[in-house]
Order: sequence, then C-alpha cells, then structure tokens
Amino acid sequence: MSIARQVLNCSRFTCRSAHVTCRKTFTTSQHVMMSRHTHAKRIEGLDKNVWVAFTALAADPSVVNLGQGFPDIPPPSYVKEALAKAASVDRMNQYTRGFGHPSLVKALSQVYGKAYGRQIDPLKEILVTVGGYGSLFSAIQALVEEGDEVIIIEPFFDCYVPMVRMAGGKPVLIPLRLKSGKKTITSADWFLDPDELAGKFNSKTKAIIINTPNNPIGKFVPVFFLQVFTKDELQMIADLCIKHDTLCFSDEVYEWLVYRGHQHVKIATLPGMWDRTVTIGSAGKTFSVTGWKLGWSIGPEQLMKHLQTVMQNSLYTCPTPLQEAVAQGLLLNYELMDQPECYFTSLADELEGKRDRLADIVEEAGMTPVIPEGGYFMLVDVTALNQDLSHMDEDEAYDYKFVKWMIKEKKLAAIPVTAFVGEESTKDFEKYIRLCFIKQDSTLDAARSILKSWTKV
Amino acid sequence: MGIIRNIAASLVLLRQSSVKNNHKVIMSRRLHARRTDGVDKNVWVEFTQLAADYKAVNLGQGFPDFSPPQFIQEAFCKAINGGPQMHQYTRAFGHPPLVKSLAKFFSRIVVQDIDPLEDILVTVGAYQALFCAFQGLIDEGDEVIIIEPFFDCYQPMVVMAGGKAVYVPLRPREGSAILSSGDWVLSADELASKITPRTKAIVINTPNNPLGKVYKTEELQMIADLCIKHNLLCFSDEVYEWLTYDGAKHIKIASLPGMWERTVTVGSAGKTFSATGWKVGWAIGSGNIIKYMKTIHQNSVYHCATAAQEAVAHGFEREYELFGTPESYFQQLPTMLHHKRKKLASCLESVGLQPIMPEGGYFMVTDISSVKVDLNDLSTKDELYDFRFVKWLIKEKGLATIPVSAFYSPEHSKEFDKYIRFCFVKVNLTFLTEVVHLKKQLPVCQSFCLCFLLTGGLHAGCCRGHLEKVESERVNLPLM
Repeated sequence: MSIARQVLNCSRFTCRSAHVTCRKTFTTSQHVMMSRHTHAKRIEGLDKNVWVAFTALAADPSVVNLGQGFPDIPPPSYVKEALAKAASVDRMNQYTRGFGHPSLVKALSQVYGKAYGRQIDPLKEILVTVGGYGSLFSAIQALVEEGDEVIIIEPFFDCYVPMVRMAGGKPVLIPLRLKSGKKTITSADWFLDPDELAGKFNSKTKAIIINTPNNPIGKFVPVFFLQVFTKDELQMIADLCIKHDTLCFSDEVYEWLVYRGHQHVKIATLPGMWDRTVTIGSAGKTFSVTGWKLGWSIGPEQLMKHLQTVMQNSLYTCPTPLQEAVAQGLLLNYELMDQPECYFTSLADELEGKRDRLADIVEEAGMTPVIPEGGYFMLVDVTALNQDLSHMDEDEAYDYKFVKWMIKEKKLAAIPVTAFVGEESTKDFEKYIRLCFIKQDSTLDAARSILKSWTKV
Repeated sequence: MGIIRNIAASLVLLRQSSVKNNHKVIMSRRLHARRTDGVDKNVWVEFTQLAADYKAVNLGQGFPDFSPPQFIQEAFCKAINGGPQMHQYTRAFGHPPLVKSLAKFFSRIVVQDIDPLEDILVTVGAYQALFCAFQGLIDEGDEVIIIEPFFDCYQPMVVMAGGKAVYVPLRPREGSAILSSGDWVLSADELASKITPRTKAIVINTPNNPLGKVYKTEELQMIADLCIKHNLLCFSDEVYEWLTYDGAKHIKIASLPGMWERTVTVGSAGKTFSATGWKVGWAIGSGNIIKYMKTIHQNSVYHCATAAQEAVAHGFEREYELFGTPESYFQQLPTMLHHKRKKLASCLESVGLQPIMPEGGYFMVTDISSVKVDLNDLSTKDELYDFRFVKWLIKEKGLATIPVSAFYSPEHSKEFDKYIRFCFVKVNLTFLTEVVHLKKQLPVCQSFCLCFLLTGGLHAGCCRGHLEKVESERVNLPLM
C-alpha cells in the first residue's frame, strides 16, 4: 500500500502542498473524530488491491503493459456504431428497466437459450450488472453470509476472496496442482485432486466458485479428463454440489475464448445443476470493451430474485445506451453463430495466433510458458532466469518483487500470480507471472525486443 | 446433526430425480443472505411495471423526456469515436479527466481545496455513491437519522448495512397555508431528541425529493451544530443542486465550518446534465472518509464505464468557464423548468388539487385530500389511500404518478397518505393533456378553461373543440 501511495503522490497530478498544510491543522479534531468514525467492520483488511498498486506502476507510458487484462486492440466497429446510434435517441439517455434493458435481456435470452439448450426467461432469470464483477458481487451479497463457507479454487481471480469476506463468509481455498514430469506445459496439466476437493465440502459450505476458462491459468474445467481420472472434473464438482446441497457460482466471462481442441462446457447444463448455479458473463470480455462495464448473471428465478434485490438496493440500474449497443452486438452475432465471421469465433482465432506468438517470445527468453486452453492470459515460470532480487523488500513474495523490478528496470509490466492465491499456496506459485496477450502485434513486438535484450545481458 | 444433514441431502436428491423444471426449493437450509430480508419490495419496480402494463403516461419516475444538451451529447460521441482506450478500463476510483474537472469545479464552490484523487469517488450514479457510504461507514447497530419524506432507497440501504433507521419528519409550518416546500420545516428539538449514543450519521437531501424543499443556511446550520456536538457523519444527497427556483439558493452543508471533515456530498451527472441513463455519479468528501467508500467500490463494481465519464468531464469543463453566465446549462435548465413547474401547479389547481410549490428539484407534491373518487379496486383495498389513488389513476386514467407515503417510514406513512408526486421535467404537451383528461373525470369546477394553458395563452374562453383536439393528440402520444 505504501508503494502505491508513493507512486500516486508522484503521479502527473499536482501535489497540493497547501492542502497538506491545511490538513495538519485539522489533525487534532480529526483524530478525535476518527477514533469515533471507524469504518464499518465489513471492510476490515479489504483495502489492499493488486490492481490499484500495479496499474499505477504500469501507467507510465514508456512501460509495455502486459499486466492488466484489457485489450489494446480496437473493439469491433459495429458495437461502437451501435453505441453512437443508441446515444442519439432521446429515450436511450434516460433510465431503463432496473434488472436489465428489455432489448438486452431478450438478446441474452436468445443467445444463451441456445447455449444452454433451454428457454431462459429474460425477466426472471437474467440480471444485467456492472461488469462480470458486479454479477459476482450481487451473487455473493445475495447468497453468502456470516457462517457460510465458500470454496474457491486457486489460482483465482483476486476479487473472489475479499467479496466473500465482505459478505461475512469464509473462503476455503483449494489449489490446482501441477502434474509433474512434463516438458511443455499447458493449462490442462493443472488439475483438481478429487479427494482434496471432497474434503473441503462440509455442512457449512454454501457455494463453490469456479472460473472457466480460468484467470490466470487459462484452464478449462473439462468435461472429459483423459489422463489420470476416469471421471471429468466438472461432473465431479457437480456431484459434490448436489451431494452437499451447495450453490455454484460459475464465472464464465472468457467463455468465447476457446482454443483449438478444447470446448467450453457450462456446468449449469449438467443434470441437477441449473437450479443451483448462477452463471456470469461479460460484455467487456465478449466484445473487447472492458470499459463498458456490463455483465450479466443467468440462473433460476429462486436464486436470481435475490440478486435482483441486491441490485435494486445498490445501484438500481445500469447505463442504457451501453446496454442497447450490447443487445445489437449480440443479435448480430447470434445470426452468425458457428460461422467464422461470428466475433465469438473470430476473436478466438485471432487470439490463438497471439498466444502462440507470446509463448515463442517467452521461450526464447529462457522462461517457461503455461500454454492456456482459453482466455487471454498466460502464466510464465521465471525460475530459469534465476534473477537475483535480494536487494528488494524481504516481506514480499518473489513474483511481486520480480514484477516490480521488471517494470522498473525492463519497462515491461506483468501481474504477480501470488495475487491470485492464498498465503499457504504462495510458495507454489511465486515463480510465476501473468502476461496478457490480447494486445496489438506491435505491443507483443515491443515485449519481444525487451525480452531479447534482457537475455543478452 | 450429521444424520439429519445426510437425510436432508438424500431427500434433495430424491426430489430432484422425481421433479423436473419446477421452481423447487433446493436448499434444505436458508438460501438467501439475511441482509436481503425485508428490502425486496421497491416502489419503482412496482409502479414502473404498472405504468408500462397500462401504457400510462409516466409522470412518476424522475427522468426528463427531452434529450441531454447538445454539448454533452457531442462530448459523448467524441468519446465513443476516440481512441481504443475510451472503451477499456479507466482508473477505478474515477476517470482522471473527470475527477480533475470535478475537483476544479467544486473547489470553487465549497471554497475548499478538493484533491481529485483522495477526495472524490466516481460511482455508477449517485445511487451507488449512497450505497458505498452506507456500506463503508454504517455498522450493525448504528443508528442513522433520516428526514422524512425521503428518497426511498435510504431506508433499505441502512437496513442492508445492518443499521437502524430513525426518522424525523418535516412538518408543515403551523398557522399558514401550505403553499410552498419552504413551509415544511424541521424542528430542532425533535431532531435533537432522536440522537442517541448509537447515532452514526444523518442523511439530508437538498433540494429534497419528493417535496422540493431547499434547505436554508440557518436550517443547515442547525443540523451542522448537532453533527458537530454529537460527532456525527452527514450524508448529503445533492443530486438536484442546480435545480432551484424563485431565487432559492442551494447551500452545501459541507461548506459550513466544521463540516467538511464529516460530510459525504453526493452528486449526479444524470440529474446535472439530464442524462439519467448514463448512470455517472460521485461522492466528494474528506479523503479520510472517502477511502472507506473506495474499499466498498473496489470490492463491488470496481470500475465505472469510461466513455460517459469522459463526456461528463467535458461537460464540467464547459460549465466551469460559463458558470454564472446565461449560457451556462446550470442557468438554462432551471429557467426552463421554472415555467413547466408553474404550468403544472396551475393545471393541478384548476382541477381542484392543492400542489405544494417546490423550491427546487424535479418534483411537485400535491395534496389529494379534497378529491372524492370512488376507489373500487378490491385488489388494493388493504393499501394506503395514496397507493390506491395512484393505481386507480394509472389503470383508469392512464396517468402514472408516485404515492408520497412511499417516501415515509412505516410508522409515519399513514399520516401522509393524501399526497401524490408528479415529475414536471417533461415537455409541455405530455403532462398537460393528461391533466386535462383528469379534469374531465373529476367532479370539480367546470368553468375554468384550460385552453389558455394548452395553447400558451393565445386563446381565452371555453372551447370544446380544443379539448377534443387535445384528447385525440393524447391518444397518439409516444408511450414509455
């Protein structure tokens, strides 16, 4: 936090030194006030955030940013055009339906009706939220409370743990483990130990959160797991959910980013799972418009009505013109589904090429990539570089130190993977960094130059 | 307990295998979190749905039926067609150009050096700013004073944060005709009597929704004195800050001595720039308090949409330069609404209703107690009078308003169930023709002629032809 604070203070905005002086004269009264005005207990220990720290560090324009997960490739022109068109209609600049703009929930119902193979009620079984993030928040606030345990698979998108804690729940972590003895590593080489997983379920378990394709590893939770197990992992999770009567929050924001040879399966389509699963999607990831912050939750009415209650008491409704534009984008691609022109397919094709390119670049530099089956992140094992970081802060994990050093010395930004795991798993993941490859070729080239010159030294 | 658990689990499996596609209970134990208990009902969801079902003209919900001003629409278009970064994540606590322009603009008004990074949080509408304030600062058992009538979301937000709402009503001043929202006042003694050692905060809303009251300096000073004396926080909802009429002046309680360090001031681009569908809002306050709201924000939505923030930043840059001049939208909008407000009040009086002239805001509250209507809808017979009246108005007359008892606590709502709320931020024809239609159904004075109002004062005298023409136009009006 202190490093982030220093960076922010030295940012391009002027330090208001006069303001700082003024603040000092208020210290006495503020101290009295602050001793009374403590924050609500629900936020205790939740103020740190890896993005706040690392986004500030990577904001320097001379840094090649493969850290935070957002594209620097443009979104498809038709979604921008749809937004401009929507904004020109008077009514589209005013409030729309709280739980989701009618044309959007109808389009989602169509697209996902096909994906789920069932009729999805646009009004009762869909909630539009502020990004996939907002859906996670609504689901956790609606369905998790003090005394509930929530199983989270490591590495996990970092917000799951603080969100569960803020709701009063207890996160129970289980790591993906790496199969040993392999030369080239893919995300499929990380697996869930069935006995270990079964051992995490108990009478207090309220939900399990799964993320497929996974951020940061890029693993799919596959239907058929050919090597060691006879039973597939998703079905295994489903069986445990049914046996222990738990809910499943399935974060599927990267659902369309599937690479050759792999298939995304929705756990909600397995028998017995529709009634206990909330599935989360994202317009930002689907259409490469992360700055639109629109997402959705889909599930049965008896769950969705509680998410809707949270929505109506937190922000009430999402922006209208953005929802209208996403509706248009979905309808267009619905017509093209299963064809190569469909953005859901064409983006995946484009990204597969970038994935392979980045993997080559990383290998050339002497590091070991974990080839993802889906999503737009790649884990990279930096062990072989043997970088000496003994001069840096003792208290931080190796990957945190490595990334900070790399940003400062090499002008290349990544994200440390231990941000995505609990303390106990730190030692298993601290030699990994996460790179994002939904970037222009020129950005990947710039990264290549940096890595090339690095290994020469 | 383990045996019961196993049996329950087996029963669940049995139920599932035999039942298909029904809404069945899937959990043998409690499903939803307690924080959602009792906060599931919502007056907007109910009445917006009803208005849509009956294709009523909606003077209920508070949004304009005209477009945002040209300059802001252009700014939005420019942002949309700007570089790819306009469509990707921006700074989580607020897009840098926006927090900079807000800091610059409001520093001048509160005469306080506002730090754009520390003292401002941009949110998904003012609604989410309020949510972050309650979630970040109110704990189990904390009491929060709410002044009635209140924007309805304050109460469920307090409840969801584990707090307890304590109500103090504005009351009509004794002995005078209640003509203006300024005639509704807060008793200092009554307010002071509600403060206990558990009181954490007081919520004020000025200009007030639904009444339209604009608190005067002395009224705010009275509240400020109590905040300072009892060391309370103040959440000041000022979304309608630019909409004041008849020379009423909006005062920011945060600008009073001793208040900056304990006040969260909430604002709204939606209300400021007539673009409610953009859902851009903010909280401004001392960094020591805002930081707790940032923690809620980063663990709930994290970012707000980029392009709209860019557009709002441009809007504030423009208004900074034009502030106080006739070209300022912050002058033009209240000037335009001033006339609409007067027209609506006249119309309502002409049909025998008693409007309370608002000093500010989007809304006008009308006393309906003098009207005798036969509310024979059995489905609403257990509801309060104003709820029944509003539903009758929607179903029978195609006109949607909002019952004012929705803005009161359960303990006081019965005292205030003879008022309904109109939104007058609408173009002329829409609401006037509806009021004409209303006139035809209510047993009131027939001699008053509305032609004057409808035709902008060009004609006088009763004219059946005019009314028939207006009736046919009403049928062809665009619906919600």
